[in-house]
Amino acid sequence: MGYVAVKGGEQAIENACNLFAYQRIKGGSRPLAVKQIEEQLYLLIDRVMGEGSLYAPELAALAVKQAAGDTLEASFMLRAYRTTLPRIASTLPGSTARMRIFRRISASFKDVPGGQVLGPTSDYTLRLLNFDLFDETKASAQLFRRFVEHNLRSHERLPDTFPKVIEILRTEGLIVNPKSAGYSDESDGEPFDITRESLVFPAARSARLQAMARGETGGLLLLAYSSMRGYGDVHPIVGELRVGYLPVVVPDPYTKAPRVAGEVKVTEAEIIARYDSGSGKPLFTVGYGLCFGQNEIKAISMAILDRAMEAAENNSPANDQEFVLSHIDGIESMGFCNHWKLPHYVDFQSDLDRLRKAQAYHADRGKEQKTDTTNSL
Amino acid sequence: MKPLLKVSRLSKRYGNGCLFCANENGAGLVGNQCPHCKSVFACRDVSFDLFPDEVLGIVGESGSGKSTLVRLLHFEEEATGGEVFLNASTGEEKSQNVLALGPFAKRQLRNRKFGIVYQNPQMGLRMDVSAGGNVAEKLLAAGWRNVGLIRERAGELLKKTEIPLSRMDEAPRNFSGGMQQRVQIAKALSNKPRILLLDEVTTGLDLSVQARVLDLIKNLQRELKLSALVVSHDLGVIRLLCHRTIVMRYGRVVESGLTDQILEDPQHPYTQLLVSSRL
Amino acid sequence: MPIVEKSKKQTRQILYNFAFLDDVAKREIRRKILKAVAVPGYQVPFGSREMPIARGWGTGGLQITLSLIEPSDTLKVIDQGCDYSVNAVNIKKFVQAVTGVRITTDTTEATLIQTRHRIPEEPMTEDQILVLQVPYPEALREVEPSEQKTRAMHAEGDYGRMWLFLYEDIIHYGEVRLSYRYPVLVNNKYIMDPSPIPRWDVPKLNMARTLFLFGAGREKRIYAVPPYTSVEPLQFEDHPFRVESFAGKRCERCGAEDTYLDEIIAEDGVTRHYYCSDTSFCDKRRRT
Repeated sequence: MGYVAVKGGEQAIENACNLFAYQRIKGGSRPLAVKQIEEQLYLLIDRVMGEGSLYAPELAALAVKQAAGDTLEASFMLRAYRTTLPRIASTLPGSTARMRIFRRISASFKDVPGGQVLGPTSDYTLRLLNFDLFDETKASAQLFRRFVEHNLRSHERLPDTFPKVIEILRTEGLIVNPKSAGYSDESDGEPFDITRESLVFPAARSARLQAMARGETGGLLLLAYSSMRGYGDVHPIVGELRVGYLPVVVPDPYTKAPRVAGEVKVTEAEIIARYDSGSGKPLFTVGYGLCFGQNEIKAISMAILDRAMEAAENNSPANDQEFVLSHIDGIESMGFCNHWKLPHYVDFQSDLDRLRKAQAYHADRGKEQKTDTTNSL
Repeated sequence: MKPLLKVSRLSKRYGNGCLFCANENGAGLVGNQCPHCKSVFACRDVSFDLFPDEVLGIVGESGSGKSTLVRLLHFEEEATGGEVFLNASTGEEKSQNVLALGPFAKRQLRNRKFGIVYQNPQMGLRMDVSAGGNVAEKLLAAGWRNVGLIRERAGELLKKTEIPLSRMDEAPRNFSGGMQQRVQIAKALSNKPRILLLDEVTTGLDLSVQARVLDLIKNLQRELKLSALVVSHDLGVIRLLCHRTIVMRYGRVVESGLTDQILEDPQHPYTQLLVSSRL
Repeated sequence: MPIVEKSKKQTRQILYNFAFLDDVAKREIRRKILKAVAVPGYQVPFGSREMPIARGWGTGGLQITLSLIEPSDTLKVIDQGCDYSVNAVNIKKFVQAVTGVRITTDTTEATLIQTRHRIPEEPMTEDQILVLQVPYPEALREVEPSEQKTRAMHAEGDYGRMWLFLYEDIIHYGEVRLSYRYPVLVNNKYIMDPSPIPRWDVPKLNMARTLFLFGAGREKRIYAVPPYTSVEPLQFEDHPFRVESFAGKRCERCGAEDTYLDEIIAEDGVTRHYYCSDTSFCDKRRRT
């Protein structure tokens, strides 16, 4: 009776848990240090922090280790841990204009004030396997590190802040003002808190952005991709994509004065979309995305979906906010998908009962029809 | 005689409106649009009465607001102005502005007092649900809980609308356009409505099929003593079915009177144009 | 799974609240439960928290249990009728670790029972609460995918489509095909999803002495059937609702002929065995 055995079930479950943990170390290689995961698999950590909606690189690395590299499981652990943390303070709204940037590009202009800063990216790498990494040693890594650091030193230091491309366009009156009529904006009010309240539709924009910020990268990409391919009409241009560190500002518990408590690595995408003349004058519209860590695919997908969900018609999946927001959470969807592995034999028994009844009815009806025809002949 | 339905200054505006269009009385609009705020007036101050057993025609070209009018009366869209009174013949219910009712009461009213037939059967029918089921839906909504009785009633109506009973359990998806329209009529009649709303019901059908559907409606109207609003751009349909007619243009009523009178001796230049272009 | 983690470095010690949830969360969930009890069958949205068990594995029921449980409670957890099935074991271990309450398998002994897909065979009393885990809180989802629309349908009592769905089943299959999760009308007002209990358990909800609480964690809804509330399966006069039939079958362990049975395929792949789905009740009968 397998996993529903009346006796011995508890022991079997315990064993399954142990086997899972054993699987990771049974090969006998040196156990991974959490620090190594945090530093060397930093994109994975960034993704897990975003989807787990907790900025904690070290814990994310621990979760990745414990989950044997499964991003959904790792984010899940982080998210579950997050629920247990008390909320000490709420950060003050900050402007991303104050970001300490290490990468920043605009696709809408050849050059922009402040310049294009390519920064660290795999965008331009050749996707050829680097066999040298097989033999990477501490010494060879150090050599390469020195080489890069030496080369970069010859360049000037990056400025502390960059002007925002979107703001330049807005000043010129080319971009819709978020406060204009017909555009959802709640910058004056308290944002919706999806961790404390259940989403109701139509959802506030703050709720939509929050839900996407903790959404699963693949899920967001899928929906955004459907919109860019043709199931939608956003036609995005990346106005600006920036990756860097955003100061976390909280009010001093005693004086209420703003204090910088630290910084978080974030990716921000602003896409410029097809113009709209809803409020009279035709203006470009904007989609916005921001997520923890360096996760450009996610930020851009978010921005596209943010814009798509503003569409008046729910005529494609990405335009339908209920469709998007109900299905992008990785932790919810993976949990539900996994739950089908739980025993359902009581339910199936009920299904069997129905089917047997329906088959009997079908057979009876067949007989009736046969007798009908015989009679009419 | 007291009217069954009294519509008073019913309006539907798309857009926010502005001071200019709130205060003008028709002359200042471009067609049905405000030149300042670009709001569109699909219906503007439409008033009329519908009496028991009467068939009232609403005629006008597409975009004149006649279909919007039907949707407002069927609570499918929210009016931006005006009142609608529905008189109960029993006298127990007090005449009240039904537009001011809550969504629950509106739905009750819609399920119990109105029947509607749309131009497009896709709008009025569930194409994947059996023809009998389509007719049954309103009965189910009104609390019928006996499959046998429901099937009896649905069968009666399908018979009346000339759908062979052998096809009762088949989905309308497989039916011809004329047949779909007749299922819609059966569905609209299922709850013994006080008022039947017919929105361009023969548009898009072949001429011979049109004639059959119109005949059916005419006979049913006489037999069941129905009150009906018939929306059409086709003066032939109006002439055949309607006792009185109102003419709409740019969301307004430009002329109203006995159907014969309107067709033989139109007063308003627009009606004259409609009548002459038909000839 | 150690709930109170004590790694070698004492600085990393993490202590959890009694019953895991913080007080703000518990208060909110209790409030939502009160609202649900006040409006039987109405789905109350709540700020569902992430739990250390997966979404879809009873996080809604778990949050209700954790917000209500007191140290003096006796808890029973069942999954598909069985106290030792995977989901029940998981939840039981967790709740016990964060509360230390007494665990029982005896329905009559428990003050609080959390269950997945079954209502115990033994009748429950006014002093007990049954918490049901819910995967799909919306009975109308069968006919309408949009949440915005189904909420309006409930508000307007717009249930024609749901009845039509049942009517169509009857004319095509002679009977309603819905097996478990059979929709019910609560207090003559709201159509409700009773959670995936088999039809067998549906009549147990009607005018019961016990409070039933339903929690959907992933879908973030709580709803309730208070004691002595009418719960009617949707049915037609001439096609009455029928529970699963086990005519001619009996439990091979305790001999019961009046319980919901699990059908088990023997190793030969042909022979069928039947056992009570409610295992603790079966054990009890065998003992007496």
